[in-house]
Amino acid sequence: MDKMLIVSANPHIRDKSSIAKIMYIVIISLIPAIFASYWFFGFRAIFLILVAIVSSVITEAAIQKFRKKPVTVYDGSAILTGILLAFNVPANIPWWIVMLGSVFAIAIAKQAFGGLGYNIFNPALIGRAFMLASWPVEMTSNKFWTEPYTGKTMDAISSATPLNLVKTALKDGSTKETVEILAEKGVGYWELFIGNVSGCIGETSFMALLIGVIALIILGLVNWRVPFFYIGTVFIMTWLMGYDPVFHILAGGLALGAFYMATDMVTSPISNNGNIIFALGLGFLTVSIRVWGGYPEGVSYSILIMNCLVPLINKFTVPKKFGFVKPKKA
Amino acid sequence: MKYTFSGGYHPPDGKSFSEKMPIEKMPSPKIAAIHLHQGGRPSKAIVAVGDEVKVGQPLSEADGFMSVPVHASISGKVKAIAKITDAAGNKTDAVIIESDGKGEMYGGVGEKVDYSQLTADEIRNKIAAAGVVGMGGARFPTHVKLSPPAEKKINYIILNGVECEPYLTADDRLMQESPETIIEGLKLIMKVVNAENGIIGIEKNKPESIKIMKDKTASMQNIKVIDLEVKYPQGGEKQLIVASIGKEVPSGGLPMDVGVVVSNVGTANAVYEAVALNKPFYERIVSVTGESITNPKNLLAKIGTPTSELIEYCGGVKEDVYKVVNGGPMMGAAMYSMEAPVHKGTSGILCLSKENAAVYEEQPCISCGKCVSVCPLKLVPTEIQMNVQYKRFEQAEKLGILDCMLCGTCAYVCPAKRNLVHYFNIGKAKIAEMKRKK
Ligand code: SF4
Ligand code: SF4
Repeated sequence: MDKMLIVSANPHIRDKSSIAKIMYIVIISLIPAIFASYWFFGFRAIFLILVAIVSSVITEAAIQKFRKKPVTVYDGSAILTGILLAFNVPANIPWWIVMLGSVFAIAIAKQAFGGLGYNIFNPALIGRAFMLASWPVEMTSNKFWTEPYTGKTMDAISSATPLNLVKTALKDGSTKETVEILAEKGVGYWELFIGNVSGCIGETSFMALLIGVIALIILGLVNWRVPFFYIGTVFIMTWLMGYDPVFHILAGGLALGAFYMATDMVTSPISNNGNIIFALGLGFLTVSIRVWGGYPEGVSYSILIMNCLVPLINKFTVPKKFGFVKPKKA
Repeated sequence: MKYTFSGGYHPPDGKSFSEKMPIEKMPSPKIAAIHLHQGGRPSKAIVAVGDEVKVGQPLSEADGFMSVPVHASISGKVKAIAKITDAAGNKTDAVIIESDGKGEMYGGVGEKVDYSQLTADEIRNKIAAAGVVGMGGARFPTHVKLSPPAEKKINYIILNGVECEPYLTADDRLMQESPETIIEGLKLIMKVVNAENGIIGIEKNKPESIKIMKDKTASMQNIKVIDLEVKYPQGGEKQLIVASIGKEVPSGGLPMDVGVVVSNVGTANAVYEAVALNKPFYERIVSVTGESITNPKNLLAKIGTPTSELIEYCGGVKEDVYKVVNGGPMMGAAMYSMEAPVHKGTSGILCLSKENAAVYEEQPCISCGKCVSVCPLKLVPTEIQMNVQYKRFEQAEKLGILDCMLCGTCAYVCPAKRNLVHYFNIGKAKIAEMKRKK
């Protein structure tokens, strides 16, 4: 036998999984939500998603080329960032804002930290925060929110998001129940669940996002503890405080955040216990911002804040090793 | 009741290549190179170049308690005592025998003796003299394992018939073809350390072995066969103990700390042969298998047979061979040279194709936590790896690198294909070096 054989450390066989496979499976799991965004916000939603994907991928490739690093856009992570970023904008936003947001997300939040695996913050959320700070009107003003096309009318009508509506009403001293405030606008739990309400293009449909995340949990790509404890905390806190917990779960970006943003592997803790602490923190922050803060929505800032704490959480949640013996005090 | 441990993973087991192949006695090689270092400390040669030796004749003597002698596996002339590349790629001293083709036995070897009256010490001495070491791969001298300090009461002998490494089928075949000698060996081991109970642990994917062992031990009150869940590394000592009797061996401790001695089924067989047949450890069962070998087989091969001869005897490798491994695919050593001889820990010779043994480029860790959830010792492999990479060895030690048994489960599942075990090897070596300097 004169063939050169390969020598390397054990193990000599490897699981067939890879980063690219994981990313593409997550992308596939987003298809129901992409479809929902098309269904409720029309072709414009697909257009914005494409703008974000293309900008993200080009930015990543360009930076890697420029820095003479291997170009890794084929791993799908930039595509995923693009989709998730686009999910966070209202349908009527100018497309170039989405483009700039994507460039910022990839260039600053991802590549400046060293690329995939080294980023501390979820790039899509940094992109969103950047857009919100730079173009607050376009990102939040009622003019850019649209009613879903389906349902009552085929025209794009500008309209406040449910969270906005309820928050404003409560601030104005309304004593009505949340359900009643919403009912006046023709929105019920069902509309919130399927996503037939105004909001960012990818966040409104709880149902579509739920289908995707259940698939990911079954495939072992999402740690169920994160969405479970996150949403659970929001439910219990809002319920204890006398708000409508079902509304708080279905409305706004909680589903998108809890299912897809907080579960991002790179920016969440490593161990199960770490993930539980992370999720509890998220729930607490989200409710605090929604209830006491100036914004109607608190999901993305909560996630960014908890992202910073991940190294700390990892440090304090190192699992107890097998056969652990308490060190004797000297 | 489910017998298992927490963590672990079940890779495709690849046993189908050789599990149905009966153990076949391989013809003696023309030349056998027997390394003096076969577990514990290297032994000291007692033969000289030109000496005539017979099968089973000692070639060396133990160098202290932590050492075992080696024996001639063929009859013939000692051609040289020289440094030969071993399976791990190191050049170490070996006695090289050229066969005379006669296969003459050394006096008394292989003759049945009445061993019922032997005392514990006499049995232990016979085991030591026969050069028996752990056959699972680590090659720890068996007589040392069977000499616990007086204050450690041993309650259980657990025989490891798990064979959790994918591909390997040597233990499975041995259990099916020679259950009585394994059980006799177990009884001898129990006698040596004065243990009341024997347990034979077998993974559920070996139903024939489980059935035979259960049948053969049915009348024995103190010997129990348990069927373990199929999961790697179920055959790790600590995992096997926690699965069988629910006790965790303390970190840094030994099985005897929880009253257990674990031994491989192959080792039990070797103990029987040493004591009952006066037969030293000069041959063993080797699974020659994998997708890239023409005819997979389970061979009874002489220690010292060059790997290339085993491969030839099995019809040679196929075109697509990519890696040849001595041992199992998870913990075995990739071989540099096909001339490296079979040693006492060679449980298998695996011929793997590129499809299964591909070497990947490392990608950055994406903190997916997979390695953490599968580590049977509940370590955080990714953090330990980073600390080694950035030369923070003290931190790596704090995180438990010394507990790591290099089982490879973490690296197996890592989607970023990080060579975690490679770093652990470096880290362990560095820390050992630092300790020596202190
Ligand atoms: S190789 Fe070490 S760190 Fe990795 S799974 Fe095995 S024991 Fe844990
Ligand atoms: S399995 Fe690999 S990628 Fe995942 S956390 Fe461990 S080292 Fe990182």
